[in-house]
Amino acid sequence: MTDTRIDRRFKACADAGRPALVTFITAGDPDLQTSQALLNALPAAGADVIELGMPFSDPMAEGIPIQLGNQRALAAGHTMDKTLDMVREFRKQDQDTPIILMGYYNPIYVRDPKVFVQVAKDAGVDGFIIVDIPAEADDELCIPALEAGLNFIRLATPTTDDKRLPAVLANTSGFVYYVSVTGITGANIADTGRVSTAVKRIKGHTDLPVAVGFGVKTAEQAAEIGKDADGVVVGSVLVSAIRDSLDEAGKATDKTVQAVVDLVSDLASGCARSRTA
Amino acid sequence: MNDMANSIRTGPDDRGHFGIFGGRYVAETLMPLILDLEQHYKDAKNDPAFKAEIESLNKHYTGRPSPLYFAERLTKELGGAKVYFKRDELNHTGSHKINNCIGQILLAKRMGKTRIIAETGAGQHGVATATVCARFGLPCVVYMGKTDVERQKPNVFRMKLLGAEIVPVTAGAGTLKDAMNEALRDWVTNVEDTYYLIGTAAGPHPYPEMVRDFQSVIGKELREQMMEAEGRLPDALVAAVGGGSNAIGLFHPFLDDKDVKIYGVEAGGRGLQGEEHCASLTAGKPGVLHGNRTYLLQDDDGQILEGHSISAGLDYPGIGPEHSWLKEIGRVDYVPVMDDEALEAFQMLTRVEGIIPALEPAHALAHVVKLAPQMDKDQIIVMNLCGRGDKDVFAVGQMLGFEM
Repeated sequence: MTDTRIDRRFKACADAGRPALVTFITAGDPDLQTSQALLNALPAAGADVIELGMPFSDPMAEGIPIQLGNQRALAAGHTMDKTLDMVREFRKQDQDTPIILMGYYNPIYVRDPKVFVQVAKDAGVDGFIIVDIPAEADDELCIPALEAGLNFIRLATPTTDDKRLPAVLANTSGFVYYVSVTGITGANIADTGRVSTAVKRIKGHTDLPVAVGFGVKTAEQAAEIGKDADGVVVGSVLVSAIRDSLDEAGKATDKTVQAVVDLVSDLASGCARSRTA
Repeated sequence: MNDMANSIRTGPDDRGHFGIFGGRYVAETLMPLILDLEQHYKDAKNDPAFKAEIESLNKHYTGRPSPLYFAERLTKELGGAKVYFKRDELNHTGSHKINNCIGQILLAKRMGKTRIIAETGAGQHGVATATVCARFGLPCVVYMGKTDVERQKPNVFRMKLLGAEIVPVTAGAGTLKDAMNEALRDWVTNVEDTYYLIGTAAGPHPYPEMVRDFQSVIGKELREQMMEAEGRLPDALVAAVGGGSNAIGLFHPFLDDKDVKIYGVEAGGRGLQGEEHCASLTAGKPGVLHGNRTYLLQDDDGQILEGHSISAGLDYPGIGPEHSWLKEIGRVDYVPVMDDEALEAFQMLTRVEGIIPALEPAHALAHVVKLAPQMDKDQIIVMNLCGRGDKDVFAVGQMLGFEM
């Protein structure tokens, strides 16, 4: 097993007897300055791990909320360089909270993956979740990332059966991200009983922590899922909160950061109590 | 023909690569299904009953073989090489798209799938998919960009008549790329019962290979018909490329015939200087989108550009991966044709030969118009007339200022 910021953070949460709260926001949404303020505010609000979305023109696995987040960021002129700048800025205040870049392959591919993993590491990135690179293409980004000392977190889904699971887990590190439904982000979560069964099934194949995402919207759901899962991932609901806080012209307001902070605090309270009852 | 060792017709490799292009870049949810699809396709290919059923439907339902037609008046007008058309616009549903749909719907049935989804640009693939779904009694959902719904109304109504549900896609510029994103979102959500019937020779492996195989009936028929008509192979082949399915179907059986020159015609839109074109091979660079690595129109940050073409069927910022490879190895010349050149060719064919072509093959024709006069009179060009122009009559009328 690797020894990275991600590994250390999951262990710390496990020692504290609670699941890690993994929060997703899209870099540059709704604008660079607000997005930086959001990123910087996440740890104090209760985020244990941060997924920072790399905006892409064609986010094929996303539901409407995150699609719109991607569009807002790109419309505001966001780029990959700015995403890395955000991580560098964040690292000035926080050396412990892991940041995982999440998104699609093309914006990395055009920069040369082997160069990019090093640049990202130097900026303070801890790992990648890339939706459209399956295990069969591990040589392209996953292996270079591992060699650079970064984690590559792979998604396991309800269609990943026991036969396929070992191949999916082979080069996965940091944690396993279990996608609770067959579908896109922001969907309604499957019943928690089925999720619990799936988490146990995956744990039978790996010692890595298992985090569950896609469709987690409330503190109650986070508490329920966190009974079995080592991490709870929330994204669409945070990105929707950003949207709901914007003014009529689609610009950030003085409520934007606070809206997300309040939501994250609430979700964190769900994680905190998930194993106490 | 060359032996297999020197053949360039043997791709893709077992991971779906044509050189560095192709592959499988999809979400994990879809991977088990795509591996399953690949296995089913391998089995079907080796099943004589599957082949026989396709041949029967091609003959009795689609009306194949499509004629090879010598365009005598056009040949005289251009004053150079003899121009032949492979008349795939005479197929049932009005384009080459049905060739692929018949193959894939039979595969979907073999796999026990009960719901079909598809993306469409010009609506030709949507119509062909809705048609085979009606023929086989399966529900059909077609994703179509909102812009395309507007400019291809006759096809929208046709699909509705055939019982398909049309979902207009408002994301992005509302064209084929956005329709494909939305179809992928549907597929990943309904992965158990749904078959995604991709219309072009692109997407994750095995789609590029499979669509090519089903469309290769065009080039295979042509070889026989040309031997009968002229006793030899043609000197040049010309086809329009959007995603590239009609083109690869025409080209593939001839790739090893080194004396046959091959031209793929891309949509040059309003010119290659700006972003208002869809010439991914001429003006794009390699990237990863919609499940495959291929040439894409994109900016320096890897964001995909929208592109523009007068023809909804060519309005796509990518291209099938085998075309990307054929460009790289220099086997096929890919050339752009502008909107206004295509529009002119559209009118020319209508007047000179009494054939109203779709705007997509009108692009190919515009290149034939340039090419034929540079060739000798005893040389032969074959162009794939891959679609009829009925669907474009209203849009062209508007462009030419005709009140309807």
